Amino acid sequence: MSDAPIGVSGLVCPLPASASDRIQLGHGSGGKMAAALLRDRFLPHLDNAILGQLGDAAVLSLGGLELAMSTDTFVVSPLEFPGGNIGSLAVHGTLNDLAMMGARPAYLSAGFVLEEGLPFDVLDRVVRAMAGAARAAGVPLVTGDTKVVERGKADGLFINTTGIGALTPGFRPSPERAQAGDVVLVSGPIGRHGMTIMSVREGLGLETELESDSATLWPLVELLHQAVGDRVHVLRDPTRGGVASALNEIAASSRVGFVLEEGGLPVPPAVRSACEMLGLDPLYVANEGILTAILPEAAAAEALGVLRGHPLGVGATIIGRAVAEHPGLVTMRTFLGGTRVVDMLPGDQLPRIC
Amino acid sequence: MKYLEEYRDPALAKALIHRILDRATKRWTLMEVCGGQTHTIVRQGIDELLAPAVEMIHGPGCPVCVTPLEQIDKALAVAARPGVIFTSFGDMLRVPGSDCDLQQIRARGGQVRVVYSPLDALEIAIRHPDREVVFFAVGFETTAPANAMAVWRARELGVGNFSVLVSHVTVPPAMTAILESPDCRVQGFLAAGHVCTVMGWTEYEPIAARYRVPIVVTGFEPLDILEGIWLAVKQLEEGRHEVENQYVRAVRRDGTVPARELVGQVFQLVDRKWRGIGEIPMSGLGLRPEFAAYDAERKFAVEGMEVSEPAECRAGAVLQGILKPHQCEAFGTRCTPEHPLGAPMVSSEGACAAYYNFGRLRHQPAGTAG
Repeated sequence: MSDAPIGVSGLVCPLPASASDRIQLGHGSGGKMAAALLRDRFLPHLDNAILGQLGDAAVLSLGGLELAMSTDTFVVSPLEFPGGNIGSLAVHGTLNDLAMMGARPAYLSAGFVLEEGLPFDVLDRVVRAMAGAARAAGVPLVTGDTKVVERGKADGLFINTTGIGALTPGFRPSPERAQAGDVVLVSGPIGRHGMTIMSVREGLGLETELESDSATLWPLVELLHQAVGDRVHVLRDPTRGGVASALNEIAASSRVGFVLEEGGLPVPPAVRSACEMLGLDPLYVANEGILTAILPEAAAAEALGVLRGHPLGVGATIIGRAVAEHPGLVTMRTFLGGTRVVDMLPGDQLPRIC
Repeated sequence: MKYLEEYRDPALAKALIHRILDRATKRWTLMEVCGGQTHTIVRQGIDELLAPAVEMIHGPGCPVCVTPLEQIDKALAVAARPGVIFTSFGDMLRVPGSDCDLQQIRARGGQVRVVYSPLDALEIAIRHPDREVVFFAVGFETTAPANAMAVWRARELGVGNFSVLVSHVTVPPAMTAILESPDCRVQGFLAAGHVCTVMGWTEYEPIAARYRVPIVVTGFEPLDILEGIWLAVKQLEEGRHEVENQYVRAVRRDGTVPARELVGQVFQLVDRKWRGIGEIPMSGLGLRPEFAAYDAERKFAVEGMEVSEPAECRAGAVLQGILKPHQCEAFGTRCTPEHPLGAPMVSSEGACAAYYNFGRLRHQPAGTAG
């Protein structure tokens, strides 16, 4: 090999996958491809001071009120799964994005793209689940829209929801606030939503007792706020991309490193088995009903105490800590005492051959 | 999961690590053949923990990585045809061909579907009689029985719109090629447990005897690997070179006879190109003439395609254990999982991906360490 550096333009070898000229599924995965999509295709045209914060929700000031606003679109297949359906998911997802900013969800809107031929009984179940989830959260759905597209133009139905909520004065959890010495908590077992969806997808035939963890997280946030106040530095619901992607993003924003303990990860046996079978890593599997909280060690016992006192937080546990070393990088101490990097994935996790 | 936690017991693992460190009077060089083992080793930091006693070099046993570029290009050519549903294990989707990968074919409108079994691909063919359904049959002896079964079933059921693009390889010729190389430093092997579950280990006995290397059939969990290394080190210290079986819960000397027989009925040994290594005689499996109707290369007339490997990707040296991934000039700089130059950086069993994803703290890219 020549010692001369080879410029990218001088390469004669195959073009890399991400040099593509169009959207691929991996762009929707919450990994590096999704981040690049946002950076290269959206922000150059749309950037402003509020959008540029890239939080789970936008922080707005309107007539003296401090608000948070968030929007999310749901395209899950299958539409219905153990533990919920696309309707309950669409409510929980958006409300949780508000909650992670420390905002009490107040109002919700919904837009539906319905495919020609969608059975009414499916739609009814979806809307009923939405109503149930919104009612349980105490958040009314106050405006909405429906569109119908030809058969084949949508996968049954897609839902967009937008939520607004009131920020809690003096409570500003944010991805930039993690500090070396903080501990990382999760409020419950990881990987349940993602593996539930995988296990019921057509053709996989995995029989498990898994249920999606989809739930509204504001009650846990409120408890944390009451117990330890603004000492909660960061809140995040580790949805697509899982706990690993969420922590990588926080590590980059806060310029700290994280060290996880493999032995301390709450992975339910059914999630572990399904992941083993498919060659997937539960750290990257989506969750819809747990939160990650990062706070000083001195506040950890109180935080764990209140979380564990709530049905959604019974499995709350410490999974790692923030360190000053290797800023931006997440590592894990393996149960053997070795260390490995827990990186952002480029795109989707792909099941392996053997 | 039952039968899993038992093989990850920290106390037992640490005891084995100490036993290996105590027993080794010199630093031995072992090769784990299978990419699944490579990932366990790097992910758990086993190479780091055993470094004073053993250097682990990573073998060619990643089916995605050794699939030559021209087979990928053939797959892309077939998948891009109108009327074709191209099915594959998920691993293959991101492997770069000459100008794109299967994910990009899908983004351009090609029908590419991930399946978990070749029999699922056959099901798709039965449900879509108006389409040609092709399955990308890659892998070592491990995946050969299920792939053989799909072809066998297709013939039995008279499914004419199903075919397989075969890129099967077999382990023993690759081990021999590595041992024959003048650069070979391997003193002992961990053989791939799942390959041996199908094939048994009789094929390895002449290799161990001829090249005087211990070969330990080894499983995939951390304790399996540590025990496999322990048995290999013990043989080396005692001057023995035998085939031993660590993976007793899954492997018998004769393997799984019905699976081997099925493979023999559908496939025959053929010369096969290995990515980065070149052609190894009688190192692959191809369809027997009586199953030619199920051969996608013939059906879509792509047999003649020949593509040369990119110059910068040094996968060949990595797959032979001559070069460690992080010693490659391009590692972590011009070659990353988002911008792979070769398959070992994207496959879930690829050595480069293991070093990049899990080992980056210990193995700085050559370009950044100065």
